Amino acid sequence: MNVKDVMLLEDTFKKFYFEHFELLHVPENPELREFGFQKFNGGMNRHITLKSDKELHLLLMQNKPSDVYCSNACYRFPNLPMTEKDWLNGDLIFDIDAKDLRKTHPVKNSVIKCSDCNQISNLSGSCPNCQSTKLAVITLTCSDCIKSTKDEVKKLIQILTDDLGINPQSIEIFFSGNEGFHIYAPKSKYQEIGSKERAEISDYIMFRGAIPETFGFKRFNSNKSTLPKFEDDGWNGKLAKQLYGTKSNRSKSLQEVISGGYGLFQKRLEQFRDTIGIKIDPNVTNDIHRIFRLPGSINSKSGLTKIFVDDLEKFDPYTDACYIDDEKINVKVNCPITFTLKNKKFGPYKNEIVSLPKFAAIYLICKGIASTT
Amino acid sequence: MIMVNLGSDEIIKYPFLDEAGKYLSDKGFSLEDFATNADLNKIVENAFERIITAVDGRIYKSELASNNSSTNEIFSFLIAVILLKLTGMNTLTRRFSLAEARRAEKFLEKDLKNQQDPRNAKLSLQILQELFSVTIQKEDEYFIIPISDYLSHSVNFHEREWKLINRKVLHGQVQLTSHETVRLVRKELDRYIFSKINSSSSPQMIQGFEPYVTKLKSLAKKFEVKTVESTEYPPCVKHAIEVLEKGENLAHSGRFLLATFLLNKGQTVEQIAPLFKNAPDYNEKVTLYQLNQLSGTSGTTQYKCPSCEKVKSQDLCFPIPACDPIINPIQFGRKRV
Repeated sequence: MNVKDVMLLEDTFKKFYFEHFELLHVPENPELREFGFQKFNGGMNRHITLKSDKELHLLLMQNKPSDVYCSNACYRFPNLPMTEKDWLNGDLIFDIDAKDLRKTHPVKNSVIKCSDCNQISNLSGSCPNCQSTKLAVITLTCSDCIKSTKDEVKKLIQILTDDLGINPQSIEIFFSGNEGFHIYAPKSKYQEIGSKERAEISDYIMFRGAIPETFGFKRFNSNKSTLPKFEDDGWNGKLAKQLYGTKSNRSKSLQEVISGGYGLFQKRLEQFRDTIGIKIDPNVTNDIHRIFRLPGSINSKSGLTKIFVDDLEKFDPYTDACYIDDEKINVKVNCPITFTLKNKKFGPYKNEIVSLPKFAAIYLICKGIASTT
Repeated sequence: MIMVNLGSDEIIKYPFLDEAGKYLSDKGFSLEDFATNADLNKIVENAFERIITAVDGRIYKSELASNNSSTNEIFSFLIAVILLKLTGMNTLTRRFSLAEARRAEKFLEKDLKNQQDPRNAKLSLQILQELFSVTIQKEDEYFIIPISDYLSHSVNFHEREWKLINRKVLHGQVQLTSHETVRLVRKELDRYIFSKINSSSSPQMIQGFEPYVTKLKSLAKKFEVKTVESTEYPPCVKHAIEVLEKGENLAHSGRFLLATFLLNKGQTVEQIAPLFKNAPDYNEKVTLYQLNQLSGTSGTTQYKCPSCEKVKSQDLCFPIPACDPIINPIQFGRKRV
């Protein structure tokens, strides 16, 4: 990113922080948390301790960070190197991101950026300018993507409460600031479990590693009575719906399932991973030393804010998480598709200089398809 | 310390509990008595047999009938521990503690099932709670335990049936049979017995024990294992190298696998770094920094090669039959001779 763009982003982000200190708080037990931040074009600064909101606000003003992070874990010595931190416990966290949900990129909402010649074009397998196949796909505002991530969040919360026994009142949902949601289950009975144990929880949620025997299917002599029923709890009930479709279809489907044999059933279980498994990013849940984006901070991938979601159904990230002002600025944009922010439609722009409200200009600069020069 | 006042029948079942040692001192015997007294000498023979049975992979049978035999049985465990300490061969202690764990497991399961007898039921639940931090509740014919307790034990198992996804889970609890409940703590039971034996003080050689100790020492030599290792890489590592050779992008997890595998095989950072040259985002400085981090030269931790299970979960596993017996790529091609 060029210097002028960096200066604009730094100043804009700083202004946002200055005007919205009320959104930025250190979490509970701040003295036991590790904080970190990144600067534009810079590396990660971590192993930082902050004791209060005031110290956090000072850090934001002094460092003009692109991204701010805080550990979900508590340590006895959070500012020491990783091996000496002395891990105490960690909130259970989940990340559901649109990029992990889609099988193909949404054509209307995506562009490609060529890594060789930097050309931005409509979605395609190669760069129309230099035919290179080294491409980065950039997705702009996509309501369908947000809708499917919301559906996934609801499915996750059902499993967290019904199966894992987590109190629904304690679960907190945040918009990630880009294309997904971060779900926290603080102070749960899983607070003290390690990474391997969390990986098991991830696999459970993602429906990974299931074997036929779990669902009453034996290698030999399987019979209808042991297979999943609609009214079963947990994955059994969900699998029954997937296997048989409707109750009236159960008997016929059961026969098919049994005559298909063990191998086929195992194969189908693996396929169900994609349909009924919840698409969380297991690396986030399993990593007990992660520093995770701080609620209230701006995500430099988009210029949108990681924000608490009170009503998931009504929440619209492209208005509710867009805090940057609408002062007009000139930017050079190459964006062959349209996008919508704060209920305003923008684009397409053919490598032209346009005057845009700052929130839209910042969004495009963060996405790497606009520049002030 | 288990807070139930144990009778000899309970100590027979669980002779590794602290109460058993107390039993020996309460009876007023010294170790020398076992070598000199003909009646007690029989117990040393039993103790020796108990070790041999364990080493053979069998479970020592208990006699819970008479008072006399119960004393013998408790003593035979304690004397077996003394013989093992005098022999000083870890391989025998390992086999012994495993067999004793399997033996105790049977009693534990029986006691767990037999909830009509409040004394046994309480003891079995208490052993599970106090020694292994597993809180158990009985629900119909099943036992339910909190998921977090379950996971802290089950993550050590490699069989897929122990994965949480393959368990009946509801409201934060896992449902298990009595057999599964006890099986869950088998490794810890084994480890507990092993560490109890290991941490007990080694006595001076006692006359009369020597012939047994000599026999045990020569027996232990049979278990020395020699291994050979092939230089062929496992398919997951080969795949990672192929991806990089083609100039395609290898996921971070794949790079981690490749680097930690080669580092653990003794290659140096300088030998490994060129492999990443073809990566689309190659940066020499970053590569060297990351390799140095993994090797422990710049930090304090040397990272280990991830397990096969981890590699599988990252979709980087391409198993072939030779992968069947291994649980970590690093073990690929290792054979006993």
